[in-house]
Amino acid sequence: MGHPARKGRLAVEVVFYLISALAVGGALAAVLLKNLVHCALALTLAFLGLALLFLRLDAQFAGFAQILVYVGAVAILVVFAILLTRASELPKEGVFSKTWLVGLAIAAAVFAVLGWVLLQAGPGLSNEAAAPQVTVNQIGQALMRRYVLPLEIVAVLLTAALLGAVIVAMHEKEGTK
Amino acid sequence: MATPLTGYLLVAALIFAIGLAGALTRRNAILVLIGIELMLNAANLNLIAFWRYGPHPELLTGMMFAIFSIAVAAAEAAVGLGLVISIYRHAKTTDLDQMNRMKG
Repeated sequence: MGHPARKGRLAVEVVFYLISALAVGGALAAVLLKNLVHCALALTLAFLGLALLFLRLDAQFAGFAQILVYVGAVAILVVFAILLTRASELPKEGVFSKTWLVGLAIAAAVFAVLGWVLLQAGPGLSNEAAAPQVTVNQIGQALMRRYVLPLEIVAVLLTAALLGAVIVAMHEKEGTK
Repeated sequence: MATPLTGYLLVAALIFAIGLAGALTRRNAILVLIGIELMLNAANLNLIAFWRYGPHPELLTGMMFAIFSIAVAAAEAAVGLGLVISIYRHAKTTDLDQMNRMKG
């Protein structure tokens, strides 16, 4: 027996591979595509795939925060920046920099090191854990008790970043230069 | 068959490497920011995967770290794109190979 259980496991793995393919494919397309608007759309897909991975890891709050912040806000910011800078026009010299080979080698080396460490550590990692039951109530309690100082610091940081981004991107007045 | 935690960590490593390659090889400043965002997201995936399969998920440590990291990354994206727009207005380009002077 045990056939339905194995079938369920297989379905779980297939779903994991599909979502991973979405995230990795979106990331690859975001980095490789020539047209920057297409890059932004592919980036949104990658963020969505990552949010789905968060949801699969039983981190519902982080998953929905990811959808709100990244798929909602950051993607729109990127699109606005692309349109405001007319960066969607293709440059004559190509989209990759002169030293692209070095950059690619560094990235490949980093991935090789990470993959090697993972393969070494793989058997020692714990893989079976009961799904944690996390309620929004618990998250709120943690934010208000244990993590209240980081929460305040993040609030200050977001205010400073908001003001800083507006001031940096504001038009320079005539005569102030 | 890859075990669950190893699978998630492998996906995170792959996305991190892709983001790093994008940040190091593209000319456009906005694409470099996109690469940095991808790297931050890969780190968040690692945090949440270790939280889920770690010994004490009820303490919420990894998830809280990821949520704060999302907030900081959002601030970083706003300031970074503001800088790109400001530099574009000044130098009329977002090509990083042409931005080789600190002086305006």
